[in-house]
Amino acid sequence: MMDGTNFDDALTGEQKIRNFNINFGPQHPAAHGVLRLVLELDGEIVERCDPHIGLLHRGTEKLMESRTYLQNLPYFDRLDYVAPMNQEHAWCLAIEKLTGVEVPRRGSLIRVLYCEIGRILNHILNVTTQAMDVGALTPPLWGFEEREKLMCFYERACGARLHAAYFRPGGVHQDLPDDLLDDIEEWAHFFPKVMDDIDGLLTENRIFKQRNVDIAIVTEEEVTDWGFSGVMARGSGLAWDLRRAQPYECYSEFDFDIPIGKSGDCYDRYLVRMQEMRESLKIILQAIAKLRECPGDVLARGKITPPKRSDMKTSMESLIHHFKLYTEGFHVPAGEVYAAVEAPKGEFGVYLVADGTNKPYRSKIRAPGFLHLQAMDHVAKGHQLADVAAIIGTMDVVFGEIDR
Amino acid sequence: MSDALQQAAHQALLDLADHISAKQPDAVSSHTVTHGELTVEVSPSAIVDFVDFLKSDATCRFSSLVDITGVDYPGEERRFVVVYHFLSMYQNQRIRVKAAIREEEIIPSIVSVYPAANWFEREVFDMYGVLFSGHPDLRRILTDYGFRGYPLRKDFPTTGYTEVRYDEVQKRVVYEPVNLTQEYRQFDFMSPWEGAEYILPGDDKAEEKA
Repeated sequence: MMDGTNFDDALTGEQKIRNFNINFGPQHPAAHGVLRLVLELDGEIVERCDPHIGLLHRGTEKLMESRTYLQNLPYFDRLDYVAPMNQEHAWCLAIEKLTGVEVPRRGSLIRVLYCEIGRILNHILNVTTQAMDVGALTPPLWGFEEREKLMCFYERACGARLHAAYFRPGGVHQDLPDDLLDDIEEWAHFFPKVMDDIDGLLTENRIFKQRNVDIAIVTEEEVTDWGFSGVMARGSGLAWDLRRAQPYECYSEFDFDIPIGKSGDCYDRYLVRMQEMRESLKIILQAIAKLRECPGDVLARGKITPPKRSDMKTSMESLIHHFKLYTEGFHVPAGEVYAAVEAPKGEFGVYLVADGTNKPYRSKIRAPGFLHLQAMDHVAKGHQLADVAAIIGTMDVVFGEIDR
Repeated sequence: MSDALQQAAHQALLDLADHISAKQPDAVSSHTVTHGELTVEVSPSAIVDFVDFLKSDATCRFSSLVDITGVDYPGEERRFVVVYHFLSMYQNQRIRVKAAIREEEIIPSIVSVYPAANWFEREVFDMYGVLFSGHPDLRRILTDYGFRGYPLRKDFPTTGYTEVRYDEVQKRVVYEPVNLTQEYRQFDFMSPWEGAEYILPGDDKAEEKA
């Protein structure tokens, strides 16, 4: 046939082109953890992308079924280890919903304060490593200094830099030390400068824009089809934020804006994250002001929380209560709830089925990254191989929560 | 939330439930509103048409799939419950849909309606062994390559059956049956006031009494 479509006979075996399969990860610096991607390439264009996940699967949900509600709490730090307290929050909310416990106002404010610190922790990591994925090295060096300071605030509140176990059903474990609020406030006034620096490095940077603008464009329809939430949805112009749409804790009394993007590409999501950090700072400052005016207890004293240390010295009942709480644990009335929080990565939810005993019958952890990564094949198709790293970065995947 | 607001939200969910059961009488078997959440139980065979209705109906407009998971009740005849959560970003409401199936029963996949169901259904298959008909790619997702068994079933031991280690002699990772150096501790928290039965090991008289 000489119709100009078939040149096979003119090519030697070596010249014949076939698609190329490569294995991206599981140990790749741009994979943000243990992600294995099987990529089918046509030249440098991604034709198909099959993520293999589960390399960090620890069976959290199975383990939770044989532990008490309180023992299960630290597992949540180990899900999204970039912003641990936000996960604990969902677990506490689920238990509080079933038991009907009201968190005291001071406890609630401390939770909001630390959730926003967690959001900044997460966004610093994401924005700066995104920059690193596309070739810049300075932003992570600058950003991680601030993360270090924030983790010190974690440490001063609960004793641990990462695996906090600070939020407890009924409030938070301990009250904040006196000077901590002052230090957080001082930091919150200083941090915008660091953000301006990072802003100056990246926002108008030619290389950063070339690598991010018009990459991985997500439309509103794709957002709903693939179940995106958080920045992945807001970057495409959907003003959806659970803190505003379905307010939990005391978010309804805070004044903050929800930044949204226009074009839904990686660059817009970067801008949204930068702006969200500034909004979080606003919330942090408001929370500090409110906390100063609101002394009091941080735990709802009752069956699901420990008694005061001073009571235990004098009251036999308190001592028994303390012993029973930390051995047998508290019982949660039978029922099922779904509690969700706006974690930095999107909607983090817990579906809890309780059977009236001291252990959850079933608890399902709904991680936002799971859905984002699922759409990898859909989003990455037609992009260059080098863009895959940028797309993984913008999806903000952390394998602790995806693999559970 | 104040009481009046809570009441209004509760009523709105009841109205939504009535609307759904009126439009889909064949699919819906019952509905409840607890803790401010609407739960609808549907028959598994009608699930695809039902979620398609949830997505397209103007009052529902459940645009996003939030979650699919399973719950195992070994004692029941219909052992597995597949639980779907949906969210409407437009109407700002949530719904939980439950479908109970027998152990060997197959449930239709909803990937054609919600593409996001793909990995969730793979996960339920991986963890419970529930089969989804019409799923494009029903492979295991979270467990190891070549894993056997369904870990989240209640009859699967938490320790699993195999353990892995790197063998220095063979220079590769080897799989071995689980060997516990200490007996697995499972505490019985039943209180004597709740009718605990104390079974003494090697107590011959215990059965005579019963």
